[in-house]
Amino acid sequence: MRLVETGNHIVAHAARLARVEVVSAYPITPQTQVIEEISRFIAEEGMDCEYIPVESEHSAMAAMIGSASMGVRSFSATSSHGLAYMHELLHWAAGIRLPMVMVNVNRAMGPGWNIWCDYQDSQASRDTGWIQLYCSSHQEILDTTIQAFRISEDLKVMLPVMVCYDAILLSHSYMQVEVPDQETVDRFLPPFRCLWKLDLDCPFTHGSVIYPEDYEEVRYSIFRALENARRVIKAAAEEYRDIVGGYHGGLVETYMMEDAEFALVAMGGLASEARVAVDAMRSSGHACGLVRVRSYRPFPVEEMRELLSGLCGVLVLDRGVSFGMEGALCSETKAAVYGNGTAPIYGVVTGLGGRDVTYEMIAESALAAIEGRLKQESHWPGVRMNEHHWISRRGLEKFWKKERLR
Amino acid sequence: MKLRDFPEEELFLQGSAACQGCPGSIALRVAFKALGRNTVMAVVASCTSVFQSPYPLSALDLPVINMAFASGGAVASGISAAADRLVKRGAWEEKPTILVWAGDGGTYDIGIQALSGAAERGADFIYVCYNNEAYSNTGTQRSGATPFAAWTTNTVKGKEEHRKDVAQIMVAHGIPYVATASLAYPTDMYRKFAKAKEIKGTRYIEIQSPCPPGWKFPSSRTIKISRLAVQTGMWLLYEHEWGRTVYTAGTQRIIQGQSKLLPVEEYLEAQGRFAHLFRPQRDEERIAEIQGRVNQLFETLQFTSKMKEHLMDVELSPPH
Repeated sequence: MRLVETGNHIVAHAARLARVEVVSAYPITPQTQVIEEISRFIAEEGMDCEYIPVESEHSAMAAMIGSASMGVRSFSATSSHGLAYMHELLHWAAGIRLPMVMVNVNRAMGPGWNIWCDYQDSQASRDTGWIQLYCSSHQEILDTTIQAFRISEDLKVMLPVMVCYDAILLSHSYMQVEVPDQETVDRFLPPFRCLWKLDLDCPFTHGSVIYPEDYEEVRYSIFRALENARRVIKAAAEEYRDIVGGYHGGLVETYMMEDAEFALVAMGGLASEARVAVDAMRSSGHACGLVRVRSYRPFPVEEMRELLSGLCGVLVLDRGVSFGMEGALCSETKAAVYGNGTAPIYGVVTGLGGRDVTYEMIAESALAAIEGRLKQESHWPGVRMNEHHWISRRGLEKFWKKERLR
Repeated sequence: MKLRDFPEEELFLQGSAACQGCPGSIALRVAFKALGRNTVMAVVASCTSVFQSPYPLSALDLPVINMAFASGGAVASGISAAADRLVKRGAWEEKPTILVWAGDGGTYDIGIQALSGAAERGADFIYVCYNNEAYSNTGTQRSGATPFAAWTTNTVKGKEEHRKDVAQIMVAHGIPYVATASLAYPTDMYRKFAKAKEIKGTRYIEIQSPCPPGWKFPSSRTIKISRLAVQTGMWLLYEHEWGRTVYTAGTQRIIQGQSKLLPVEEYLEAQGRFAHLFRPQRDEERIAEIQGRVNQLFETLQFTSKMKEHLMDVELSPPH
């Protein structure tokens, strides 16, 4: 079935096709259409699922932990402040080794209130033990969400998976998507599996106090599971291509990297713009390629080393920033390549809070990097002072004068 | 039902790490006997998270998930929704009782939002607040349940505010069953759990839980203090169903004049957390404030009770 739909509505189709049995979610712009469409599927189209309209995101994740611990496939959707609010329980879900899938529509963090795209929200929950996959098209959102259940419920993984995609740019735009039929998806995705559940015949206590003598082993098991996930993510993508059709890469997707001397590195929708920038660079005679990171956790260390270590230069595009350092994707690219090759790695922080990023701007920064005009610290090509910045500043000057700050 | 009629099977096993005289462990024992094996339990951060025994041991012979502090009502909503699914597709024959076990910190303060949300959604579980009137697990700090004038480690001169009443807040949610219980009246507590088990929807039971180290009394006196709380009117025993409150056990006897309301001093003086009201000199003002509140409450309760005797007692039917 071919549909022209928003990214959010496509997620609802993915949840339906994955036969999720419990959905617990709290509305937040720009995620709302996901849960609206799921509740419509339940009410009008016979989707067989319990929907828990919780009173907060903290409770959304808590309810999901409850339902997944009963051995039932569970799903949620959130964004930005919602993800931040459930942060405590992200640790809990991964720590107690429960398979589940949640989509996060990447939206900027306040203040000020901003409903537009950047990756700060999910990058800030990087270290919770969740697998994080970033999508760059509607088709990829559908395919990755279905794959995510398979990855999450793999016996070698047993960790929650977060599928991330750009607010507004992907969540609210319409694109053509090939939606597979239920039978095909059933052949790819077996019924829910988990390594433990709340079972009346085998009563077990989960998540109680654990002393230092045992705690490190628990954390190591999560570390190992994420290592295993590298292989599982790639296998899931390949098997999906064979059974359902559609392939968007394994841990990374590359574009024109075969003969590239210079590479752009990006994630999500920003990578789509970078792809256009690669074409522009190529047409002006620069052997440029693109590495799109699909899996941010686990990070594609081997792939990055292999693809980037022989190059003359790398420019990493970050739609988020680790304050006091640089863009996190840039740091991690450097860490992956460290000790292999001599390519200088430059970082650009851009597109925050939905700021438009053009391929011209990316190409311009790439050219500056190639010509050695970029400094090692992060480059913020979009930052400028507008007329209204000056107006606010003049307004504040009265206050500064009163407080003797000048 | 008499004590000797309680089921012999112990689902709260020996060897827990609870303090001597721990009210939480006594409450668990009675609750488990009334609810039986067909129960799934969620424990939120509280003393029970600790005294159930650390990994790999457990004193709880039920399927248990330990959860983050603020999540009791929500995790039970998820468990309940999943149980509905399992029953619907025939994986489970019947839906088990879902039990949330939380302290007063996890109920009155950090967990009230999740509890209120779940109650409003009519989620199907029994929520137990074992109320020891402070954050005992972290060394006795004040909570929303700490009574007026009680010492805690962060109200060293006695709490300045009165406690809130979450059982009444739950009554205001219009849920099918709200009850309060006392360790000194175990048959009353057992009956309330057994009754709650048979009801569908959100059920709330609050157990006053005198904590020997937190309240500063010898560990042999947990039951004695529990009884004094009821006899002095500092803790009320009732159950609320279908819009009607029925007072039970010790509280009912006081209201009906069968036993005397003891002065609050007897309750206060027995606990180190109120010692500053009596030494170095008596704090008449604060004792009078506490006594005044109890007197006023019981005057109202007794008046209402007498009014009812004069009116025709209308039998209320359950909602359709």
